[in-house]
Amino acid sequence: MSKAATSLPRTIGAHAVLLTYTAIALFPVLVIVVNSFKSRNAIFRSPLSLPTAETFDLIGYTTVMAQGDFFLYFQNSLIVTVASLFFVLLFGAMAAFALSEYRFKGNTMMGLYLALGIMIPIRLGTVAILQLMVASGLVNTLTALILVYTAQGLPLAVFILSEFMKQVSDDLKNAGRIDGLSEYRIFFRLVLPLVRPAMATVAVFTMIPIWNDLWFPLILAPSEATKTVTLGAQVFIGQFVTNWNAVLAALSLAILPVLILYFFFSRQLIRGITSGAVK
Amino acid sequence: MNNGPLAAGPRDFEMSQQSLEHSQDRRPTRWHIAVFLAPALLVYTAVMILPLFGTLQLSLFRNVDNAQVFAGFDNFRTLFGDPRWSASFWNALGNNTWFFIIHMLVQNPIGVVLAALLSSPKLRFSAFYRTAIFIPTILSFVIVGFAWKLILSPLWGVAPNLLDLVGLKSLFVPWLGKEEYALTTLSLISVWQFVGIPMMLIYAAMLSIPDEVIEAAECDGVTGFSQFWKIQLPLILPSIGIISILTFVGNFNAFDLIYSAQGALAGPNYATDILGTFLYRTFFGFQLQIGDKNMGATIASMMFFIILAGVCLYLFLIQTRLRRYQF
Repeated sequence: MSKAATSLPRTIGAHAVLLTYTAIALFPVLVIVVNSFKSRNAIFRSPLSLPTAETFDLIGYTTVMAQGDFFLYFQNSLIVTVASLFFVLLFGAMAAFALSEYRFKGNTMMGLYLALGIMIPIRLGTVAILQLMVASGLVNTLTALILVYTAQGLPLAVFILSEFMKQVSDDLKNAGRIDGLSEYRIFFRLVLPLVRPAMATVAVFTMIPIWNDLWFPLILAPSEATKTVTLGAQVFIGQFVTNWNAVLAALSLAILPVLILYFFFSRQLIRGITSGAVK
Repeated sequence: MNNGPLAAGPRDFEMSQQSLEHSQDRRPTRWHIAVFLAPALLVYTAVMILPLFGTLQLSLFRNVDNAQVFAGFDNFRTLFGDPRWSASFWNALGNNTWFFIIHMLVQNPIGVVLAALLSSPKLRFSAFYRTAIFIPTILSFVIVGFAWKLILSPLWGVAPNLLDLVGLKSLFVPWLGKEEYALTTLSLISVWQFVGIPMMLIYAAMLSIPDEVIEAAECDGVTGFSQFWKIQLPLILPSIGIISILTFVGNFNAFDLIYSAQGALAGPNYATDILGTFLYRTFFGFQLQIGDKNMGATIASMMFFIILAGVCLYLFLIQTRLRRYQF
């Protein structure tokens, strides 16, 4: 009976549509990366061909390395992303544990209060956030970015993690209590290791918007010493608009780390989405 | 401003502790609950909730001789009453609405089709397709904006060359540079980037439809396209609802793509100006106009109300009417 759904023309049709869309999705990325390895003439003469021995040229990359402080930007992005991720996961898991494990007055209200941030974007508070950072002297520091991203990531983290923590067996936690473990030890030793897959999902969801954000680095930390990769690439490309080799190389350099991370985490990310982590 | 929430925090916990003592008399104080909740609550309240309300509050003030003076709704009156301000605002709002409409009409149907194809049980390479189609979503707006700007550039022949391959070179226009096409082009670029999200969420919803339901449909002779239309589509409607509201919120606070492709002036001639870029220009100033914190806050407040209205509409009107099936 299900033959109709798997008949040959149908399968070919499905593959044709999917292949076409895959090509649309990958083509621009490929064009940029391939052309970044070519000489200036080749970029314009035959943008759609692969670099040959004749046209292969790394001039763009050498320009980027010589001009921009890409390593510093990269390091800034890494510090901001890793630190924010750490705080989102730690604070988020702690709050999720409190909300899912204990019954106390105001539990539901607290959950709703924290969930508010899932729908209302933190960007709308930018004017007052900048004021706050100016008042506390945190403008042009990575700390400002870490604070903002931690606040931005917490609502979704608490929401997803508390769903998962509800599934951790009560018997296990109660056995721990009988053995005299404190509530803190129960959380760190028993519960956290069990929700590790959920933590990984939250980590991926939190990481991508932080790494890619342009708004907050532009407003809170635009100084040379605190630029992130995204802002650095934006400014660099803006200055080198006419140097196509450099622009293409800078774009490729910005694409590659994300792409590499994605190939490591894509299974986790896709499993996270499809297991109903986002409902 | 920084001390406010820090000072208020412990007091709140004492209060909750007191109320706990009434309900749980055998365990008088459960400090660990406060310890678990405190860090998240403090950061979230201090950096997100208070600034949100701070911004709403700033929109009611005005800077007179370097002092903030309460001005009631004067800023809103300026925004809607002053012809220059209101023209910019309605232009940005209209553009933003069009931006959203394109996403709803193009991104979500493509997402549904891709998810429906991917979820057919015997499809090979589906993991490859999923991974590949999701790649643009993980790239930053800066990369996407510039990459497309280069590809569509008339200087570099990629887009004209491609059109030439199918014999349509005459159709080429510098889309990003023409007032009438620029906004639609940018919307489609954004669709290209984000199609992975509806695809994945709907794919997940389709996987959760039990086989029995599909088999029962097949027993009744409902197969292929009519099976999708009559069985699967109604079952994934709640997911489509969620995707719509996510798209709405995302679109009405978008900024990065326009800024990296067209700059803060959202050219040509403000044709691609949306609320996010309008807010940025107002808040930070550009060229001859100096930045205005209070007008910035006013625009941010308008964005807040628009998004809030959309979310409420979804929660109270749409979500309650969509039936959720528990399997």
